[in-house]
Amino acid sequence: MEATTNGNGKTLKVRYFDIEENPETHYLNAEKGIKSWLFTVDHKRIGIMYLASIAFFFLIGGILALVLRTELLTPTENLMTAEQYNRVFTLHGAIMVFLFIIPSIPAALGNFLLPIMLGAKDVAFPRLNLASFWIYSIGALFTLASLAVNPIDTGWTFYTPYSVQTGSAVILMTFGVFIMGFSSILTGMNFIVTIHKLRAPGLTWGRMPLFLWAMYATSVIQVLATPVLAITLALLIMERTLGIGIFDPALGGDPVLYQHFFWFYSHPAVYIMIVPAFGVISELIGTFSRKTVFGYWAIAMSSLAIAFIGSLVWGHHMFVSGQSELSTVVFSFLTFFVGIPTGIKIFNWLATMHKGSIDMKTPMVYACMFLFLFTIGGVTGIMLGAISVNVHLHDTYYVVAHFHYVMMGGTVIAFLGGLHFWWPKMTGKMYNEFWGKIASAFIFVGFNLTFLPQFIMGSQGMPRRYYSYIEQFQTMHQLSTYGSYVLGVGFVIIAVYLAHSLVKGAQAPANPWGARSLDWMTSSPPDQHNFKYQPVVSNGAYDYHKPMADFTLGIAEDPAHHGHDDAVKVEAEKAEIR
Amino acid sequence: MEYLTNFFLPSAESTYAANVDALFHFINIVSLILLVGITIAIIYFAIKYRRKSQEDTTPLITHNTTLEVTWTVIPLILILIVFGWGFNDYVEMRTPPANSYEVYVESFSFGWNFEHPNGIKESNNLTVPVGTPVRLIMRSRDGDVLHSFFVPQFRLKQDLMPNRNTYAWFEAKNTGQFVYFCTEYCGGGHSMMNGTVTVLTAAEFDEWNEEELGRDLDALPLAELGRLVYQQAGCQGCHSVDGSSRVGPTLQGLYMREREFTDGSTRIADEDYLIESILYPQELVNVGYPNNMPNIYQQTLSEREVLGLVEFIKELQ
Repeated sequence: MEATTNGNGKTLKVRYFDIEENPETHYLNAEKGIKSWLFTVDHKRIGIMYLASIAFFFLIGGILALVLRTELLTPTENLMTAEQYNRVFTLHGAIMVFLFIIPSIPAALGNFLLPIMLGAKDVAFPRLNLASFWIYSIGALFTLASLAVNPIDTGWTFYTPYSVQTGSAVILMTFGVFIMGFSSILTGMNFIVTIHKLRAPGLTWGRMPLFLWAMYATSVIQVLATPVLAITLALLIMERTLGIGIFDPALGGDPVLYQHFFWFYSHPAVYIMIVPAFGVISELIGTFSRKTVFGYWAIAMSSLAIAFIGSLVWGHHMFVSGQSELSTVVFSFLTFFVGIPTGIKIFNWLATMHKGSIDMKTPMVYACMFLFLFTIGGVTGIMLGAISVNVHLHDTYYVVAHFHYVMMGGTVIAFLGGLHFWWPKMTGKMYNEFWGKIASAFIFVGFNLTFLPQFIMGSQGMPRRYYSYIEQFQTMHQLSTYGSYVLGVGFVIIAVYLAHSLVKGAQAPANPWGARSLDWMTSSPPDQHNFKYQPVVSNGAYDYHKPMADFTLGIAEDPAHHGHDDAVKVEAEKAEIR
Repeated sequence: MEYLTNFFLPSAESTYAANVDALFHFINIVSLILLVGITIAIIYFAIKYRRKSQEDTTPLITHNTTLEVTWTVIPLILILIVFGWGFNDYVEMRTPPANSYEVYVESFSFGWNFEHPNGIKESNNLTVPVGTPVRLIMRSRDGDVLHSFFVPQFRLKQDLMPNRNTYAWFEAKNTGQFVYFCTEYCGGGHSMMNGTVTVLTAAEFDEWNEEELGRDLDALPLAELGRLVYQQAGCQGCHSVDGSSRVGPTLQGLYMREREFTDGSTRIADEDYLIESILYPQELVNVGYPNNMPNIYQQTLSEREVLGLVEFIKELQ
C-alpha cells in the first residue's frame, strides 16, 4: 500500500481490489419482504420499481397502439366509434409520454446506474428519491382513475379551448400529469446534486461516463422546464373549475398562449426523452467497439448544447397556429441549430466504431439500429423545421412518423439496448443471446413497416388524429397496421426470454462485456451499498488501452467499509492516480 | 422521377406549391445521401472491424479536429440553405397580392361556412375562379374550438380560432375539385370535417355567381349590408365617411391606418381591430376623442352585420 495523490492534491492510500463473482448477498436479497421494496431508499431498488412501472405502462400504451392500428385497417368502423377512438389515441399518447418514456431511461436506468457509475453509495438525497417514486405512483393513480371515470379525449396536448369544453375527465388526467411533474423535478434535482457532490475520488468531469453527462443535461431540463408544465396545467384546471379566462377565448383567454406555455415545456421534454438515449448509446458503442469514444468532450458538450438550444425552439410546433410570422421565422431559424450537436453525436459514434473491435451482441445491434432510425428521425426533423414545407406537413402523419422515429426509433431502441446491456448487472442473470437477436430483427422490420408508410401518407396529405380517412390512404394504413403487429410480436419475444432468464438464466459475470466504467467494477447484482470498497478513479471511462486492473482501484482503508474488507482479496499494489 | 414525385406528394395545384415541393425534394435527396452514407459506414465497420478475439486491442483515437470541424461546418451550411429557402417561400405564402378576391371562412364543430364578397354563402364547399388570388379571412365560430384549414394540393394550412382572425391565400393554377381537411383536432367529428375547393374558369365562375345570386335575392353583399347598418344602427351620428371629424374619428381611410390610443399603445386598424372596437368600444380609446361610444353592439348586431360594417369601412379609402 502506497500513498499517492489524486487530482485534488489530497493523499489517498489506494490498492487494487478484486471484484466478487456470484455474490451470496447483494441488493436483491439483502432485505426481504414487500416493505423492504416499497420503503427502500436504495436507488437500485427504486430503479427496479420504476422499471417495473414503466414496463407495465408500456404494455398498456402498446396495447392501445395496436387497438388504434386495428381500427385504422379500414376507413369504416372496425372496433369502436370515433369518440372511443379519440379517447384511445389520447391515452396512448399521454401514457407513453408521461408514464413511460419520460421516466424510462432517467428514472429506471438512471436511478439504478447513476450512483454506481459515480462510485457512490446512493444518490445525494435517498429519501427524496423514494418520494419521487411515490409521487410518480400517485400521479399514475390519478391517470388510471381518469380512465375509470371518463377517459380523456383531448389528445395528449390538452389544447384549449377543446380541453375546457369537453366532458371527459380532463382534470383528473392533467392533475395526474401535474403531480408526476414533481417526481420529474425532484429526480432531476437529486441527480444534479449527486453528480456534483458524490463523484468518487479521482472521478473528474472528464472521466465520467457519457451516460452521466447525458443524465446531467436531462436533469437540468427537467428542473427548468417541468414547472412551466405544472403552471400551465394548474391554469387549465382553474379555467375549467373556476371559469377564469386564461386560454379559452369564450372567457376572454388566448388559445395561442396555451400552446406557447404547453410547448415551452413539451418541446424541451422531447430532449428529456432523447438525451438520456444518447447517453446509453455512447456506453453501448464504446463498450462493444472496445474503443475510446471519439470526441468525448464534443459528445458531452453537445448534450448540454441540445438542452440549451432545445429550450428556445418550442414555437416550431405552432407555425400555422396563428402566431406572428416573425415568431415563426425566428423559431424556424433556431430549430435548425439543434441539428448540429445532434449530427456531431452521430458522426462521433461512427468514428468510435472505426478501427474498433466490434462485438455484435444484442445491445450493439440495438445501438446500430438506433443510429439508422434516429438519423431518419433527425433528418425528417430538418424537413419539418423548414417553414414552407412545414405548412404542408404540419399535423399530418408525416409528423406522427417523425416523432415515432425519434421517440421509439431513438429512445425506445436505446432503452432496449440499455436494458439488455445492464440486464446482467441488474438481475445477475444472462438473457438468451440468440432470441435477443431474433427479437431485435422483429422490432426493426416491424418498426419500419409501421412508420415508413406514415411518412408517405403524411406527405400525401393524410391528417393525424383521424378516425376515418379517404380511400386513397388505405394501402398505407394497412401496411402500417401489419407492421405494428410484427412490432408487437418482437416485444412479446423480448418479454418471454427476459422473464425466462430471471428463472433459468445463466449466472452473469460481474463484467460480461469487458466494459471499463464503475458500474462494471462491482458484482452482478451489485452489493447493497454498490461497492465493498470506496472506488478511486484514475482513468477515463473509455480508456480501453489500459489494463482492466487499473479500473478497480479503491481506498485501501476505508472506515465506512470496515467489516467488508475480509471478503475482499487484497492485492497491495502501487497505483498512480493521474 | 415524376412517378416518385407523385408517390410522395399530391399534385401541385397552387402557384406556390412547386416551390414547396422543390425544397421537399432537396431535403429528401440530401437526407438520403446522408442516411445511405451512415448505413454503409455502420455495416462496413461492423464487418471489417468485427471482434476477432477477446484479446483484440484498439488504437487510442481521442479526437480529430479537422474531421470534427468538417462535419460541423457542412451541416451548418446545409441548414442555413434549408432555412433561407423555406423562409423565402414562406414570405410568398403569407403575402397575398393586393387585388385578392376575399372570402370569409367560418369553421365550427363540425363544418365550414364560406361567404363571398357578393354575399353568396356556401357550406363545406368553396367555389373560386382559377388564376385569381383568393384571400381567406378565417375565424372559428364564437364559443367553438380550434380548427385548421388544410388543402394538400395547394400546400396550404392555417389554424382558425374563435374571437380572432387568421389569414391565408392561394391562387389555383388549374380547374378541378380539391379536397380540404380539418387538421386541428376538434372532437368526435374531426375526421369527417372535410370538404372541397371547386376551382372554375372565369366564365364558369361568373355563371355560377349569377345562378347563386338569382337563387337568393335577399343575400346582400357584406359591404352593402354594412352601409345599411351604418345608416340604421346610429353610427353616422358620430362617425363621418368624408374625412371630417365629429364626436368620433372618421371612417374614411381608417382601414389599415395606425391608431394611437389613450393608454399610449398603437395599433394598425385591421379587421380584428375594427371588429374589436365595434364590440368592445371602451377597451382602446383613440387619442383626442371621448370614451363614450355605447357598449351595446355585441347584443344588437349580428356577426354578419359587424363583418358588413368592417367591409363597408374597408371600402372607404
